[in-house]
Amino acid sequence: MHAVFFSLVVGLAAGVAAAQAQAPATAPTPLQAHLTGPIPPLVKYEIVGNTTIPQPLTERPGDPVRGRRVVTDASNSTCLICHEVPTLEEFPNQGKIAPSLEGLGSRYTAAELRLRLVNPKLLVPDTMMPAYYRTEALTRVQRQYVGRTIYSAQDIEDAIAFLMTIR
Amino acid sequence: MKALLALLALVLATAVTAPAHAQGWPLERYTVEDRNSGYFYLGRQTRLLQDDDFQNPGMFAVDQGAALWRRVDGTQGRSCQTCHQNAADVMKGVATRYPAYDAKSGGIINLELLINRERVEKMGAAPFAYESPELLALTAYVSHQSRGMAKNIDISGPAAPFFEQGKEFWNTRRGQIDISCAMCHDDRAGMLLRGDVISQGQTNGHPMYRLIWQSISSTHRMFEWCNTSMRAEPYPLGSPEYLALELYVAWRGRGLPVETPSVRK
Ligand code: HEC
Ligand code: HEC
Ligand code: HEC
Repeated sequence: MHAVFFSLVVGLAAGVAAAQAQAPATAPTPLQAHLTGPIPPLVKYEIVGNTTIPQPLTERPGDPVRGRRVVTDASNSTCLICHEVPTLEEFPNQGKIAPSLEGLGSRYTAAELRLRLVNPKLLVPDTMMPAYYRTEALTRVQRQYVGRTIYSAQDIEDAIAFLMTIR
Repeated sequence: MKALLALLALVLATAVTAPAHAQGWPLERYTVEDRNSGYFYLGRQTRLLQDDDFQNPGMFAVDQGAALWRRVDGTQGRSCQTCHQNAADVMKGVATRYPAYDAKSGGIINLELLINRERVEKMGAAPFAYESPELLALTAYVSHQSRGMAKNIDISGPAAPFFEQGKEFWNTRRGQIDISCAMCHDDRAGMLLRGDVISQGQTNGHPMYRLIWQSISSTHRMFEWCNTSMRAEPYPLGSPEYLALELYVAWRGRGLPVETPSVRK
């Protein structure tokens, strides 16, 4: 009697497997070298006018193509867990717990986005949005992530280059 | 006559395909004031799976637990049944009161650890590993005897400091992602996190059958999962930290009916 019903269970489980992919860290993708290799030193940055970081974190200019892969990487805190991005319609199941990022590139400057990604707590102290480039003032970080930022400095620049194309 | 036959066929067909709805409570039963069981946030198919004891995969564990209840083990030559007789009578309502303060250890004890202590102290048997199928089965079986009864957690007196500890755990941001349990389960219940509807993170259906794990699973395993999804170092299953958290979370769901074995995504 139970055997028949197992197919239903497996079917449902396969359905949620896709959603599961964003949960705890799975195998690192090539995008995530900074999460597994030697810990890269933190790049210093200067905040101007409380809302911007005008200077890029890296010499290499942001690459929007790589940036697109960075922000949609399901196993590294993708913006899509929480936000909708209408221009990324090929990614199903976008989150709806934060404002839509529609038209982001026309609403923000790169300098503003840089602070928003590096440390949004400086803009909205109790925000749920993670700080993508910060290692201090955190509680009980999982051992393998201690001293590591969610995004590398280059990820931040590439992500910004892509986000500025969302019009 | 033809119409009558058609009607008869329809009635028969429904009788055969309709699930037994062993639980089959109206949806209102899963809500007490502003508190919703995880059932409330499930899709139709998962609800049906939980409702029907013949389909509910968690019932395997309950059946296994019934067998373990009767199985003699340890140096004393006893089973649980030797002393407690009929679980349906003596274990009824027990799960509504756990976790609870335990004078013997001076800390919080939950059903899993209590059952293990019964094995050690009353049977002279070895404790089961925390997330072992055996311990989960016995816990599910004992909890199942309270199905439909309201969770009623005592947080007064000596339990109070542990309650505060659990509450603080719940509200503290942690991990590389720097978020708290409350940010999802208090502030965003009902919203979509990627493809998942976020529930209130209630425990009234535990141990639960979790579909993505395809196994019966404890509350502490779920804590561990939520902890590591915020890239926070988890605590060991059965640790004092998770016991205090479990006390707070169970109290948070006070009044919700015991659903064991629940089915969750
Ligand atoms: C865990 C959930 C979460 C994740 C992941 C997340 N955000 Fe947010 N984000 C929020 C929330 C909640 C707000 C609204 C509150 C606030 O202002 O912080 C927000 C606000 C914003 C805003 C300002 C709102 C607006 O429309 O002006 C921007 C821009 C933004 N996020 C960009 C991003 C980008 C880009 C990513 C991915 C690199 C990202 N967020 C990842 C939760 C998240
Ligand atoms: C030697 C007899 C004996 C055996 C064997 C025994 N118990 Fe008990 N159990 C008791 C007694 C007496 C109590 C009540 C007071 C106490 O804790 O000693 C109790 C209490 C309990 C309680 C707490 C009930 C409550 O109201 O809080 C649970 C649950 C329980 N036993 C489960 C089990 C399980 C499961 C087994 C088998 C693994 C088992 N017991 C084996 C004698 C026994
Ligand atoms: C990013 C959002 C998020 C955070 C933060 C979070 N959880 Fe969860 N939690 C989930 C999701 C998604 C599930 C599975 C679906 C559901 O029941 O919500 C879940 C499920 C649960 C469940 C099982 C609910 C049931 O019905 O069986 C419990 C208990 C739980 N979480 C506790 C916690 C605790 C404790 C914390 C803090 C350590 C926490 N969660 C932090 C998203 C979160």
